[in-house]
Amino acid sequence: MARIEDWALITSGGRYVEDVRDPALAGCRYGAFVRSPVAHARITGIDGSACRADVFTAADLDLPPAGRGPVVQPWLARDVVRYVGEPVALVVADDRHRLADAAAVVRVGYEPLEPVIGVEQALAGEVLLFPETGSNVVRVHGTSFDGAGFEGCEVVVTRTIVNQRLAPLPLEVRGAACVWLAGRLVVWLPTQNAHAARDLIAAALGAPVRVITPDVGGAFGAKMGADPEVVVLGWAARRLGRPIRWTETRSENLVAMTHGRGQRQTITIGGRRDGTVLAFRLDAVQDAGAYPRSAAKLLPKFTCLMAAGAYRIPVVEARVRAVLTNTTPVASYRGAGRPEATAAIERAMDLFAARIGMDPVAVRRINFIRSFPYTTPTGACYDSGDYHTALDRVLAAGGYRELRAEQERRRAAGDVVALGLGIGCYVEVTGGGGVGEGARVVVGRGGVATVHTGSSPHGQGLASTLTMLVSHRLGVDQVIVRHGDTDLIARGTGTFGSRSLQYGGSAVSRAVDLVVDRARDRAADMLETAAGDVELTAGVWRVRGAPSSRGLTWAELCSAEELAADVWFDDAEPTYSFGAHLSVVEVDTETGRVVLRRMVAVDDAGRVINPETCVGQRHGGLAQGIAQALFEEVRHHPDGSLVDGCWGVGASELPDFELLDMATPTTRNPLGVKGIGESGTIGSAPAVQNAVIDALSHLGVDHLDMPASPMRVWQAIS
Amino acid sequence: MKVTIEVNGTVTSHDVEDRTLLVHYLRDTLGLTATNVGCDTSACGACTVLLDGESVKSCTILAAQASGHMVVTLEGLAGSELHPVQRAFRERHGSQCGFCTPGMIMAVVSLLRDNPKPDRDEIRLALKGNLCRCTGYQNIVDAVEAAGS
Ligand code: FES
Ligand code: FES
Repeated sequence: MARIEDWALITSGGRYVEDVRDPALAGCRYGAFVRSPVAHARITGIDGSACRADVFTAADLDLPPAGRGPVVQPWLARDVVRYVGEPVALVVADDRHRLADAAAVVRVGYEPLEPVIGVEQALAGEVLLFPETGSNVVRVHGTSFDGAGFEGCEVVVTRTIVNQRLAPLPLEVRGAACVWLAGRLVVWLPTQNAHAARDLIAAALGAPVRVITPDVGGAFGAKMGADPEVVVLGWAARRLGRPIRWTETRSENLVAMTHGRGQRQTITIGGRRDGTVLAFRLDAVQDAGAYPRSAAKLLPKFTCLMAAGAYRIPVVEARVRAVLTNTTPVASYRGAGRPEATAAIERAMDLFAARIGMDPVAVRRINFIRSFPYTTPTGACYDSGDYHTALDRVLAAGGYRELRAEQERRRAAGDVVALGLGIGCYVEVTGGGGVGEGARVVVGRGGVATVHTGSSPHGQGLASTLTMLVSHRLGVDQVIVRHGDTDLIARGTGTFGSRSLQYGGSAVSRAVDLVVDRARDRAADMLETAAGDVELTAGVWRVRGAPSSRGLTWAELCSAEELAADVWFDDAEPTYSFGAHLSVVEVDTETGRVVLRRMVAVDDAGRVINPETCVGQRHGGLAQGIAQALFEEVRHHPDGSLVDGCWGVGASELPDFELLDMATPTTRNPLGVKGIGESGTIGSAPAVQNAVIDALSHLGVDHLDMPASPMRVWQAIS
Repeated sequence: MKVTIEVNGTVTSHDVEDRTLLVHYLRDTLGLTATNVGCDTSACGACTVLLDGESVKSCTILAAQASGHMVVTLEGLAGSELHPVQRAFRERHGSQCGFCTPGMIMAVVSLLRDNPKPDRDEIRLALKGNLCRCTGYQNIVDAVEAAGS
């Protein structure tokens, strides 16, 4: 079935924030931010006098602080800048051409301070981002270590590895359009959660706010709520009494939108020579960037929670220390703490297998969790799973044994192109963030059903899935799905953390149940019988057992008065999706070039409602995980500026993915579903990384950090 | 300066600033907003349109350079029916967020004109200049294959 979203997308294009042509925005002005070109400095002065436009700085803003305590990103930098890209001033001009010219002539004086770049320097603490706090460590999550778990181990392997910083890179950059109407700010904002954005902006401006989410050109965790820029724009629109639009440039986006990942991990794994793992320790330092965002809260929590992966390991210790550095703040990016945990345990499994001379598959099989529910030593309560079968299926489909034989043949023949096989098994908490979700379902005139959901899809195709759900259950032909407008949707949590179907879908499902109950009563009245005597079949209410009797369509039932139900659904627990990925790579040992040949994946997300959008999520997730393993990295010079990196992965760098289906239900929500949005990313990165290392194992390589760039590979073997 | 460009079959003529890019002429002057801007380094291809039948990144040329020429954007692709490439994108789920879609579709139209039956590797190579962050490209490649056959 074609997605309902697609007709517009393929004929006139989506309506993104830049495309909004609302009459209220007529005569709008254009905003741009002057950003810090240096990583750490004291601002000595800002001079906008040469600028033929309005210039606003922190001194102009009469706003409450952006948060409690000193360790908070101000709306605009006040005395000190702490990363390249930090907003320092807002320039507002009458048209776009003049805007760039105007922003270029704002003079900001900087007195350099020593920058803190990298987690080692942050931990050393010789330079502090916030001297008043006495430390660059902003958060410690997890347990302290006692070492007892490793005492009985025959083999213990320790490594320090890096889960590199990434840029989320949605194809649409950030932007906003805002206008004050009758004392209220209306903001068109590409966001994953309009209600959180509204609450944040309203609290800052002390005024009512309506957030309208247009189509969103990708987000991946980096368009949560509202960034400080949006508050400043709303404030300026009030000050100037004119609507303002803002769109950042891509170059700006690379330094000014939050980044993701960024952990240095010391992993220690111990066990017996027979392959039994007895203890695992993950000691990570999370680079949170210059100001605490979710890298200082959610990411450490998820990394600790998911440290055990798919394995029954008696002792698992995990700790994440989040530290501040003079770099772009780090927040959620597809997986948010979970890919980091998975990469750590999956690397550890391979290191352990290599040390005891066992196939990585065999070691995994020995240690898999076998019965459910299962509570890990770090407190995750896995609902359901079948990790063996997932792995067995990818190995069978991939032809693992034949591939190993091929690898042997190539090695024996001295082939310069080495073959590598990598496994990534994962468990992923989905719906682990946020509270419940809201839904309203209305059947109105003409029998048209309208769904208002607090979820906020931005490419996932949730509107199509909800349409399927509702039209199937009610038997109506026409379903309209609305989301992302705080005036229309009473309460909403949004789309992130693979939660939308579990929470948003369950909320809609409950609302449908209520509508059906109410419809039954009304139909019984109209058919002059008891409620227990009417039934709904194929969209028609009839007297039970009288299939040829005249029935009532939804249109007839709702011709005088609509039927509606509102639901706040929070009656679910997080679920644990899982899967196994097999990656096959070829590594040219003369050039260091890696080519991904095959990617075989099982991703089990419980019951699947919309197979096509589910596949779409898996494809996109795989591509992003592969990109982390092979191509992408945000690196900083020691001075804190960005080293040019690749951005995005192209079609020619990816193979066709080989997807296998598996669906192990859960009882933790009424739909029996688990999340799928992040699965592909979480499993594929370690699978590909492990494959590259496996290809080089005969050359003495047992670890390589991501991305496996030609230079890095080449250096490892020469 | 005055530029005159035939866009989607209609001759348009406007006074614009010299430095106006074709993409901004389309979006801001004409209000044709399907064509998107995803970068400032001509890297993403979201702005791809047809100029005299060939795909170009409309952020890389000035409106002035297109003056006297013919431009087709996504909005001008369908006649009374969807163009086969549009149909294939719909049937094969070639879009997620849709931001790359207009540029991607125009690039594919141009590709199929040059090579009506490309194989999957040729498709992947030909789409190198069009980035998509959502789909992992597989359904797009499927769509191109379907549209080509
Ligand atoms: S906007 Fe990115 S290539 Fe034109
Ligand atoms: S569908 Fe989102 S960038 Fe291609």
